[in-house]
Amino acid sequence: MSKAVLMQGNEAVVEGAIAAGARFFAGYPITPSTEIAEQSALRLPQVGGTFIQMEDELASVAAVLGASAAGVKSFTATSGPGFSLMQENIGYGAMAEIPCVIVDVQRAGPSTGLATSPSQGDYMQARWGTHGDHPVIALSPSSVLEAYRLTVRAFNLSEKYRTPVILLMDEIVGHMREGVTLPNPNELIINSRKMSFHDGANKQCYYVPEGQYVPAMKPFGRGERYNITGLAHDISGFPTNDNAVAGAGIKRLLDKIEKNADDIIRTEEYLLDDAETAIVCFGGTKRAAMDAIEALRARGEKVGLFRPVTVWPFPEKQLREKCAQVKRLIVVEHNHGQMLLQVQRAATDTQRVDFLGRIDGTVITPDEIVATFEGKEDMTHAQ
Amino acid sequence: MKNRFEMRFTGSGGQGVILASVIFAEAAVVKGLHAVQSQAYGPEARGGSSKAECIISRDTIWFSKVQQNDFLLALTQNALDKYAPELAEDGVVMIDESLSAPAFLDSERVVSVPILRCARETVGKTITANIVAVGAINELFGLFDEETLREAVSRHIPAGTEDLNFRALSAGKALIGSELRDRYLVEREN
Amino acid sequence: MPSDLVHLFMRIDHLPHIWCPGCGNGTIMRDVAVAIEELIDDPEVSLNRENVVIVSGIGCSSRAAGYLDFNSIHTTHGRAIAFATGIKLANPKLNVIVLTGDGDCSAIGGNHLIHAARRNLGLTVIAFNNDIYGMTGGQYSPTTPNGDRATTAPYGNVDRPFDIANLATGAGASFAARGDIYHVRETIDIIKEAILHKGFSLVDVYSICPTYYGRKNKKGDAVEMLRWQRDHLIPTARYYHMPEAERADKKLIGILSYNDYPEYTEEYAKVIERARGGNKGGAR
Repeated sequence: MSKAVLMQGNEAVVEGAIAAGARFFAGYPITPSTEIAEQSALRLPQVGGTFIQMEDELASVAAVLGASAAGVKSFTATSGPGFSLMQENIGYGAMAEIPCVIVDVQRAGPSTGLATSPSQGDYMQARWGTHGDHPVIALSPSSVLEAYRLTVRAFNLSEKYRTPVILLMDEIVGHMREGVTLPNPNELIINSRKMSFHDGANKQCYYVPEGQYVPAMKPFGRGERYNITGLAHDISGFPTNDNAVAGAGIKRLLDKIEKNADDIIRTEEYLLDDAETAIVCFGGTKRAAMDAIEALRARGEKVGLFRPVTVWPFPEKQLREKCAQVKRLIVVEHNHGQMLLQVQRAATDTQRVDFLGRIDGTVITPDEIVATFEGKEDMTHAQ
Repeated sequence: MKNRFEMRFTGSGGQGVILASVIFAEAAVVKGLHAVQSQAYGPEARGGSSKAECIISRDTIWFSKVQQNDFLLALTQNALDKYAPELAEDGVVMIDESLSAPAFLDSERVVSVPILRCARETVGKTITANIVAVGAINELFGLFDEETLREAVSRHIPAGTEDLNFRALSAGKALIGSELRDRYLVEREN
Repeated sequence: MPSDLVHLFMRIDHLPHIWCPGCGNGTIMRDVAVAIEELIDDPEVSLNRENVVIVSGIGCSSRAAGYLDFNSIHTTHGRAIAFATGIKLANPKLNVIVLTGDGDCSAIGGNHLIHAARRNLGLTVIAFNNDIYGMTGGQYSPTTPNGDRATTAPYGNVDRPFDIANLATGAGASFAARGDIYHVRETIDIIKEAILHKGFSLVDVYSICPTYYGRKNKKGDAVEMLRWQRDHLIPTARYYHMPEAERADKKLIGILSYNDYPEYTEEYAKVIERARGGNKGGAR
């Protein structure tokens, strides 16, 4: 695969998933993610995998979790309303610690909204969509090649930490075609879940050694009988009403991500060394930001870029470190100010935080970012 | 070719303007250039007006949408009226001969060619209009060599339709006379 | 002293169960265990403890998954069949048995029931049908008879009820049957047939909920409710010999529909073969 090919972001996700070892997709058609289902239907059986179009998105995540529990790396893809429908079972995956990847190609909402238009309005939903305190990993690509690479990484993190990982795409990247040279799949690092086979039936299938956070997974339906539940459970996997045990179990789920944040978090910085202003954005918004930074740099303005590639957990520490000398942070996102809240929490008292947002389904242009830099634009101009 | 060439392909749903944009992006990739293609989705892509974009550049392309529209293909009057005002100052529009160009466009910037008639009569299949247009556009600007363009087309058409589509490419090319070609040709690859 | 069956197929550490005295769910759970035991003992059948997966949703019925000593997964409300779909597709060799309730499979999970039936995916669904939401304290379900009382139908239920076995048949299930908790032997045999059936199978097992449904509707105690089953639910052999007039207030216990439709995972295996250009090599 050394030859460059023209590929759509949604297509790249499927190739990344296959390279990561995924062999099961269950989904329901919804714009702008549908190409991921279509391409999965075409490609998965070619590699011996299975595609199924389910009756709705609730069933899609359920089937994905079932298939993953049974030992097959699995994923689904959706957009807007479908992502809302998936939330309950995403929480189940987090609670029962079943790895899977959920791709959300965001579109403008709320409700049916602007069904085919770009948005980044699911940023907070990706974090807090399912009820209760739960662990979340979410990654957001800005190019077709990165869609491929982050899909591989989403599977790796999901397997490593036994938790659903959200690939938070946007329509800009999902529907864009670019020339890409995909890496040789044999050269990729592929993680698979740690398995435990040795301890017989019904023995502590959620046991975690001291100082570790992720239990090894027992193969379901392959020789060892155990129980999986979304109820608060003890290390045997059976429900418990003991508050101390339940609390400790849920705390471990949260710690699993928090204590490994440095391993999970990736960020991108561009020209930050001497920057007085940092544009902070994620996903496809980076593309306008890069042109804006080039235009501003050409005029001698010291502007750089800070981009969370891992959008959840939010790279608070990394933002503080990399933007320590920056006087001004301009958050640019296709929503009404969601990541803005995280940046405001991370910024120091002396740093000014400005915002450019968009909720009308159009794409923020480089000129608009320049204008915001110059202070000509309202905070949110798409009222 | 200019360092960065921003193209728009417009018409009604079903005319294949999206495929036309994909073929140019693919041809650019075949030649080792940078290319980004995108399109408008939704109801307007299902029978109403349809719009696709392709940016070709020697440098990395960040922002993926057309800002300086260098070239516009319009296959319907609606599409022409809607997108002509967004053309860059020196932008060129190719229209089907059945359309009338808006008065504000300098006639030097309007290339009127019988795309639909050529597809119907010369090639014998109306459905090939988009490929006829690709042949004509490529010839007008001298964008890609024949082999590259055929490779790009081949990657996006059903197997077994190569002959038909290559005939459409040639028919489109033949619509552009030497006078037109010399006027717009910026640089010929190879 | 627990019986051999309990020792063999139930998780004694997790018993006693949470069900109320007189509840029919324990009987159905035992029926499932006996059916599996008899199939494991049958040398013609390749069923063993390790290739049985029990999937359940949410509700009283769904606690059964935790008590049965097999691979068990207690999923979200209504989604047991959808989880089971993923498990079966990931590993078609597994015998996937879904234990669900009337609300779980015909209200919140009704969509998954009809679509699994339509696809003819090789799952066995056992509906513990007690005409009420028991776990939440007695609200009407899609099988609560018209006019009956529930905490959410204090003036009588306006809804018309589903017949779950007929619903599955209508959705194209290749095997749909009805059992109850009075006719234990017959119901065990029906469950065995359902497990052996290659495609999708559903057994709608009439349970009883003396605590909520019985009390709200003055149906008497558990014994009284069982008597009603004895007199109104009639096994196949007897049912068809009854005069038409006598059948009017009775329902058949037995297999209601049976077809030999192609099974989904077998059909999908052909898709994989086609996608690979007829190359049969390579493991799934």
